[in-house]
Amino acid sequence: MTALLLTLGVPLLGGLVLALFGHRDRALELNAGFSFATFLASAALTIQIIATGPILVLGKQFFVDPLNVLLVALTAFVAFNTALFSRPYMRVERDRGKMTPGRMRLYHSMFQLFSFTMLLALLTNNMGILWVAMEAATLATVLLVSVYRTPASLEAAWKYFILCGVGIAQALFGTILLYLAAERVLGSGGGGLLWTNLEQVKQQLEPTVLSLAFVFMLVGYGTKVGLVPLHNWLPDAHAEGPTPISAVLSGLLLNVALYAVLRCKVLTDGALANRFAGDLMVGFGLLSVVVAAFFLSRQKDVKRMFAYSSIEHMGLMTFAFGMGGPIASFAGLLHMTAHSLIKSAIFFTVGHAAQKAGTQVMDEIRGLVRVNPTVGWGLMLGTMAILGMPPFGIFASEFLILTTAMREFPWTTPFLLIALGVAFAAVFGRVLPMVFGETSVRPLAHPPAIIPVFVHVGLGLMLGLYIPPYLNTWYQQAVRLIGG
Amino acid sequence: MSTLASQLINLFAALLLLLAFAMLSQRRVLSLVHLFTLQGAALVASTSVMAYATDQPHLYFSAALTLVLKVLLLPWLLHRLIQRLAVRWDVEPLLNIPTTMLVGIVLVIFAFTLAAPISALSASVARSTLGIALACVLLSFMMMITRAKAIPQVIGFLALENGLLFAATSATYGMPMVVELGIALDVLVGMVILGVFMFQIREQFDSLDISHLEKLKED
Amino acid sequence: MGAALNWSGLLSQLLEIALAVLGAPLLTGWVNQCRAWLQNKSAPPLLLPYRTLHKLFNKESVVATHASPLFRATPYVVFGCMALACAVVPSLSTDLPLASAADAIALVGLFAVARVFIALGAFDIGTAFGTLGARREMLVGFLAEPALLMVLFTSFLISGSTSLATIVENLAGRELAIYPALAFAGVAFTMVSLAENARVPVDNPATHLELTMIHEAMILEYSGRHLALIEWAASLKLFAYSCIGLALFFPWGVARAGAPLDLFLALPVLIVKLALGGALLALIETASAKMRIFRVPEFLAGAFLLAVIGMLVHLLLGA
Repeated sequence: MTALLLTLGVPLLGGLVLALFGHRDRALELNAGFSFATFLASAALTIQIIATGPILVLGKQFFVDPLNVLLVALTAFVAFNTALFSRPYMRVERDRGKMTPGRMRLYHSMFQLFSFTMLLALLTNNMGILWVAMEAATLATVLLVSVYRTPASLEAAWKYFILCGVGIAQALFGTILLYLAAERVLGSGGGGLLWTNLEQVKQQLEPTVLSLAFVFMLVGYGTKVGLVPLHNWLPDAHAEGPTPISAVLSGLLLNVALYAVLRCKVLTDGALANRFAGDLMVGFGLLSVVVAAFFLSRQKDVKRMFAYSSIEHMGLMTFAFGMGGPIASFAGLLHMTAHSLIKSAIFFTVGHAAQKAGTQVMDEIRGLVRVNPTVGWGLMLGTMAILGMPPFGIFASEFLILTTAMREFPWTTPFLLIALGVAFAAVFGRVLPMVFGETSVRPLAHPPAIIPVFVHVGLGLMLGLYIPPYLNTWYQQAVRLIGG
Repeated sequence: MSTLASQLINLFAALLLLLAFAMLSQRRVLSLVHLFTLQGAALVASTSVMAYATDQPHLYFSAALTLVLKVLLLPWLLHRLIQRLAVRWDVEPLLNIPTTMLVGIVLVIFAFTLAAPISALSASVARSTLGIALACVLLSFMMMITRAKAIPQVIGFLALENGLLFAATSATYGMPMVVELGIALDVLVGMVILGVFMFQIREQFDSLDISHLEKLKED
Repeated sequence: MGAALNWSGLLSQLLEIALAVLGAPLLTGWVNQCRAWLQNKSAPPLLLPYRTLHKLFNKESVVATHASPLFRATPYVVFGCMALACAVVPSLSTDLPLASAADAIALVGLFAVARVFIALGAFDIGTAFGTLGARREMLVGFLAEPALLMVLFTSFLISGSTSLATIVENLAGRELAIYPALAFAGVAFTMVSLAENARVPVDNPATHLELTMIHEAMILEYSGRHLALIEWAASLKLFAYSCIGLALFFPWGVARAGAPLDLFLALPVLIVKLALGGALLALIETASAKMRIFRVPEFLAGAFLLAVIGMLVHLLLGA
């Protein structure tokens, strides 16, 4: 229980502290320190859960089971590494005058508050609070996307706010409908919104209401996952905000939104006892993969390209969870973990690369491996990993997903293969000249953050080669909870 | 459950729908803010009547919260924003107004048909108003889509929240207090952020026309 | 359901026609007086419309040389339609022998006949302003009629019949209740009557600028007794619309069939209601500005949609 309180309390405290002191030079270290403390607390929580099983505390308002504790640990870890990465990155930005002291304070406090809202969304048992936390996460980052005050970033932030706001309003309506169905069974009072209660009575929930509620919640939270056709905000927000924000958006926010969808899916499957929810997710997922792959090939900005890659991978994950069954769910979870790690690593390297070259346009970034071998190789390895090359983790999960798809939805496999192929060709073709090639840029003033990149990529590699037994049990338990 | 209470709730529901339509057809921004305030007041009244009729004290708190937020605080913020931005618009919407209203009618019919089977399942006394709540939500969506300026889009967003809150009180016995507080906090913070935002937009573009914000297209 | 032609029905019918024909100019005068008071001007005398009519009847009627018989017939047709309309609307009593001959839809048809004739009369001479006014009038009428029909449909749905007399009896008989559908329909009806009676914000009856006229432009060519009849018909139209509004939304106090003594109560009640209605009209006219002509379709579309919402709300809420 203390671990839980610490996991939530530390980032909240960090947000408040950094709101006051975020402009100091040491604030970057302080930020990393708070994130490290959060990570330690979440690690302690994870160990506790794996040892003793799920806990339900604080008046049943917080529920921790293997599914969300895995994501909690992942979130805290990626946040910590992003904080480490932002040290040199933000120093360069500050030296170039793009980050004023006021903006630094905003950045730091919002970074911590964002971690807080993500963790709150993961740990809460109350579907209403889940909604509030998701909306708060958008609010925490919207000012960060526009922090550079260029016309493009303002547009990106406005789109982000409005589209996500509209989307999440639909999720609220879905939650209201869910509560409506719950009230009939559980009576009024707060109990109707607690996931654990709902999970116990899910067979008794009214099917028509639940199916409509799921549609609204899928559309609503799906906007935040980046499912096509609700994805319009995603490429802009990733491309225009500072790179640490792109990393956490891709690595964390999308995951938590998908987690929210999963929780709803479990309830809906119980109430409807048919494949309605799964089929919807399969449809949206497939659409996202195909559309993202084709848009990807037309991008000129490196961060936009990787943003579309995120959409593609989230689509793949949605597809996997939609299919259901133990293998697909396992693959989905594996993919979530690996994608989170590798995509954030890619954004770290891309951030440094863009800083060096002074631009995000891919045609103008060249010869990274000559200027700074670690950044260059980091990007190369990260790209290979994200494209699904063996022996990285993404390959394993994509393989499992494709084989399951061939069994359950054979007609989707050609689409998936073509989409993955197109994405592979496009991304590889763009990254290769970026990494190799002639260039004349000079190194940066502050040495880039190497460790986070290679830690992430290394973990991605490990997931592909060998999943440690405790991680395996962890995944198995989570899969069982998804109802696979 | 006296019939007077249910008639009053029906009346307020009809009033909400009327105000949603009026906002859709309004041109001037100040009248939009006034209409939004009226909508908030109607919502407060309806929630209070519900609280009285169903004997649920936490609905009184909900009504008080809505009063402070939607009738007093947010309109005041909007007025200040309009004053400081020196906004005097005669907004030309994307579609002309009669077409907008015809599409609005179609949306209302759609909302009513969608909500009909669900209202039959609700245990609340105001269940027939779920269709109206959904209609208000859809009309606010429409308002956000057809307006090309920042403040009407924001007001559409806030009206959307009004519709959702009304749906919550009409479909269920009101959401738990903690959730309501969370939603209220989100709305308030959202408003503040939007205010800051609009200054940034104005600083950059010297206008609050959203069509300036359409450069990031797919090429 | 035809009421038998008994003496009480006949009496109430005659009383209604007499009241309408004689009292309509008084209503117009009252509205003008209220407007003047609200605008802080000194009011014209209440009986001024009667003096105007008297003056016009005693003047010579001048007609253009190439005017067709239609031009001369129009004032009489229009007056007849309006008088008949007033006779059909149950303002004093629901026991009207003529009421069974006309329901609310036929009433709308009567107004349409009058509108067609007056527009044709304006076209007849071929002046620029006449044609201008006629085209505008047809535009307004084209949009206002569906709105009016929707309002009436809402009342039909609530009361279950298209006969105004039945509607009045039905509504007056129910206990006091709030019907949101009727509230919507009421607002829509007010907007429609403002448009049809050529009042601000659609058309300014006191304007002298021909380019902004709708109704006035059509009657520029009439003089003498023709003009008198047309002005009288306009007052009757206002009276009829007010009585329709009262019948649909405030039907209390109307005498029922089989209770002829209620007529004595119905008369003062009607006068009070009309006075209040007239004051409200003056208030609306003072508080609004005349709209530009291309905004009129929006205004009337709004009325139409309000009426449709009223109907939908009734269907959904059962209220």
